[in-house]
Amino acid sequence: MKSIADLLHGVFPQHEFEIKENDVPLSITLANKADLLPLMEFLKESKETYFDSLSCLTGIHNAEDSYEVIYNLYSIPYNEHVMIKVPVSRGADAEYPTVETVSSLWKTALWHEREAFDLVGIYFENHPDLRRILMPDDWEGHPLRKNYEEAPLYRGMRIKPSEA
Amino acid sequence: MSLLDHKFGEGGVIVAKLEDLTNWARLSSMWPMTFGLACCAIEFMAAGGPSYDLDRFGVLPRASPRQCDVMLVAGTVTFKMADRIKRLYEQMAEPRYVISMGSCSNCGGPYWEHGYHVVKGVDQIIPVDVYVPGCPPRPEALIGGFLKLRELIRKETLVEPKALEKLLEKDEINS
Repeated sequence: MKSIADLLHGVFPQHEFEIKENDVPLSITLANKADLLPLMEFLKESKETYFDSLSCLTGIHNAEDSYEVIYNLYSIPYNEHVMIKVPVSRGADAEYPTVETVSSLWKTALWHEREAFDLVGIYFENHPDLRRILMPDDWEGHPLRKNYEEAPLYRGMRIKPSEA
Repeated sequence: MSLLDHKFGEGGVIVAKLEDLTNWARLSSMWPMTFGLACCAIEFMAAGGPSYDLDRFGVLPRASPRQCDVMLVAGTVTFKMADRIKRLYEQMAEPRYVISMGSCSNCGGPYWEHGYHVVKGVDQIIPVDVYVPGCPPRPEALIGGFLKLRELIRKETLVEPKALEKLLEKDEINS
């Protein structure tokens, strides 16, 4: 397999990304989230990479307006792993940081994106069914956000233990 | 011929208190509902299996709340599950009993402080008769819980506590 770095620089000369080849697995950090879908599509479809499996999708809230989505891809024919990181931000007064869904490429992303939406509150654009997956439908807030505050009650049940 | 093939006495009459009879009947066939919420359910299954054999106490899991006497809450009760548990409890016919199995169900367990999704004790939603400590409790501990419940049922009475009420009234008048 040709080095992914060489390959990507050849195919996407205008895209800004940082490739850390010493990371295990090799990690690619995108500067611009608009580049995500073309890059992912290339990694999946290209005969030289063929990352046909999305092993994991993670949403992270680092601090304040810094969110991140991380995609772990696996190529079954080449037995190669790669990690794609995309910083996503919320914008001025939007409630959700947004990024394009990859569920059109890997069906696995449908539920993973729902999870990231549910817990971290990242909005995946063009996802066909972006509902909560783990928390109840009427839950308030996204629990894995750094600034998440527990409500005192959920449907009349105490959420926090009593201050005894 | 074995002992059971012999005829005992000449039949006849057994005299017992109705209470003792109903209590004996209830405590001898406590049917828990077949459901589990987390790792405690694995211990519940082990307790029902051949090595521990809960069946020797007349404990037989049933798959419908309508046919159950005992709700064994085996595992972590999340808020999403809480409504379902409450509903299942309401569907059970009386007399019904609840055994809370394991730390999560007793008080939230490891989710006490940071578990935003866990009910801090199933007793916040339904009344609990017996708590079985452990994380998860071994099948022996669960059997201990059922034996404790047997003791509770054995002490039940069908008679209204009139004497006690009179005593309390007297107390109120005196004070």
